[in-house]
Amino acid sequence: MSLGTGIRLADLVAAICFILALKGLTSPKTARYGNLLGAAGMALAVGFTFATQGLTHFGLIAAAMVIGTAVAVPAARLVKMTAMPQMVAAFNGVGGGAAALISLATFLRSSSGSLAVYQDIEVLLGVVIGCVSFSGSAIAFAKLQELITGRAITYPGQQVWNGIVGAAIIGLGIAICVHPVHWLIAVVVGLALIFGIAFVLPVGGADVPVLISLLNSFTGLAVAASGFVLHSVVLVVAGTLVGASGTLLTQMMSRAMGRSLPNILFSAFGSVITATGGAEGDTTRAVRSASPEDVAILLAYANKVIMVPGYGLAVAQAQFTLKELADLLEQRGVEVIYAIHPVAGRMPGHMNVLLAEANVPYDQLKEMDEANPEFESADVALVVGANDVVNPAAKNDPKSPIYGMPILEVEEARNIVFMKRSMRPGFAGIDNELLFDPKTTLLFGDAKDSLTKVVAAVKAL
Amino acid sequence: MIAAVQATSNVAGGDIISLLTVFVLSAFVGFEVIAKVPSTLHTPLMSGTNAIHGVVLVGAILILGTASGTLQLTLGFIAVVLATLNVVGGFVVTDRMLEMFKVRKPAKVPAESSVSGPSTDGGPK
Repeated sequence: MSLGTGIRLADLVAAICFILALKGLTSPKTARYGNLLGAAGMALAVGFTFATQGLTHFGLIAAAMVIGTAVAVPAARLVKMTAMPQMVAAFNGVGGGAAALISLATFLRSSSGSLAVYQDIEVLLGVVIGCVSFSGSAIAFAKLQELITGRAITYPGQQVWNGIVGAAIIGLGIAICVHPVHWLIAVVVGLALIFGIAFVLPVGGADVPVLISLLNSFTGLAVAASGFVLHSVVLVVAGTLVGASGTLLTQMMSRAMGRSLPNILFSAFGSVITATGGAEGDTTRAVRSASPEDVAILLAYANKVIMVPGYGLAVAQAQFTLKELADLLEQRGVEVIYAIHPVAGRMPGHMNVLLAEANVPYDQLKEMDEANPEFESADVALVVGANDVVNPAAKNDPKSPIYGMPILEVEEARNIVFMKRSMRPGFAGIDNELLFDPKTTLLFGDAKDSLTKVVAAVKAL
Repeated sequence: MIAAVQATSNVAGGDIISLLTVFVLSAFVGFEVIAKVPSTLHTPLMSGTNAIHGVVLVGAILILGTASGTLQLTLGFIAVVLATLNVVGGFVVTDRMLEMFKVRKPAKVPAESSVSGPSTDGGPK
């Protein structure tokens, strides 16, 4: 067996590992095993690459890999659980960047006109998709990290400008196919980077996770394109797998939010703040706020409390305090369950990860469909740092931008306690009628502070 | 130079049709394999697929390993660094997320008894 055959066999085994890894990741029991299998396949594919004939610069390769690992491992290990979404965005972006560079380098080392038209197209796809994914992920990262505003950023004629940039990229692409000049590709790189930024800016904070998933599948396609450029089967297989499954996952995520993908990408969600509820002069309307002691009494003498954790809980790292409160209440004989909205936190499934971190037992975590019938019999619904996912406007107000999104029906509970930092609307930028409901009590402050005070107050009872 | 790279990790002499075949079949597999995913696992799945496209490292190594001239070497070097970030960071982050899903004994005993578990490195900051 020649070395070349060995490498191709290794690639085949790696491809099988990746498919089984994806399969494993779809069930909680096998997920971790699936991820490890993926890593094993990766090690195999990368390891055998070094056996490629004619390969030199091993020192440089090793140095680059050491640098990458030295940055990636601490970043991945130390990042807070709440910051996972932007971490995924960052790792996704660099992958897209790498794919773009591969295609770019291949193009630059070819002498003008030596590539067939289909090869020019492969290169262009790799460069353009990779660059869009790179700069788009960078902006998504900045939005989630709050380096720039999480709100949708819009300007007049936005779609038109994006259209012009897109058309320019296609035009230049055709020009390159006809007449492959090296400097033209630099213009394409620049335009693709701009397009990535422009594409992400109008997406509002709440939708960024769906967008990251989309960019993830873009990177997959960019990798597949560089696989075509390099004639590497393992790149084509893995890239395409991610491209396809990522697209499907993106659809699942947007469905969980009750919205369509075009709607997320083009509707500039966060900019419609004033469309509903604006006329009511909400800042002057009376709300009922209470002290931590009041809330403690309400909770401690309830029979059944439903916790509704949201993003506010996640940013405040308050999942441990929430668990402590739940334990105290349970010791007093209160039945406690957690109602988890599919998009609670910042990504689908994010809240489950956070609560699992705080050792909340699985059987107390109720998914939305399971939780909704429970609210009717609940004495208190304790909403910690969530807003849009409990906003009845999604059911009642056809004018509302979140109309049609499935929500947790906390309005059915006998009492509702909101822990919020302020009266500011949530991610979607929409007022919540429920805050003004007579059975609602508000406890203002950072979720962790508020919970800590309530815990102390329950202990003192 | 490209020919050298292509010849080594080649399908049937760079036959674009066989690559297209692989592409189309992989797309179908990608759609089918994740048909049913509980929403709990959406985030880890996204992170896991993110790690898998880190296989771009293979391509980056081929580029750097066959590069000549400062520009080529620089591009290749950056590509390998970025791809390594993607693949290593991707798998580690996914593993950290999935650590949280470890099956616990249906906890009759308070959580203190299972201390050795997940929160040793991902715990409260």
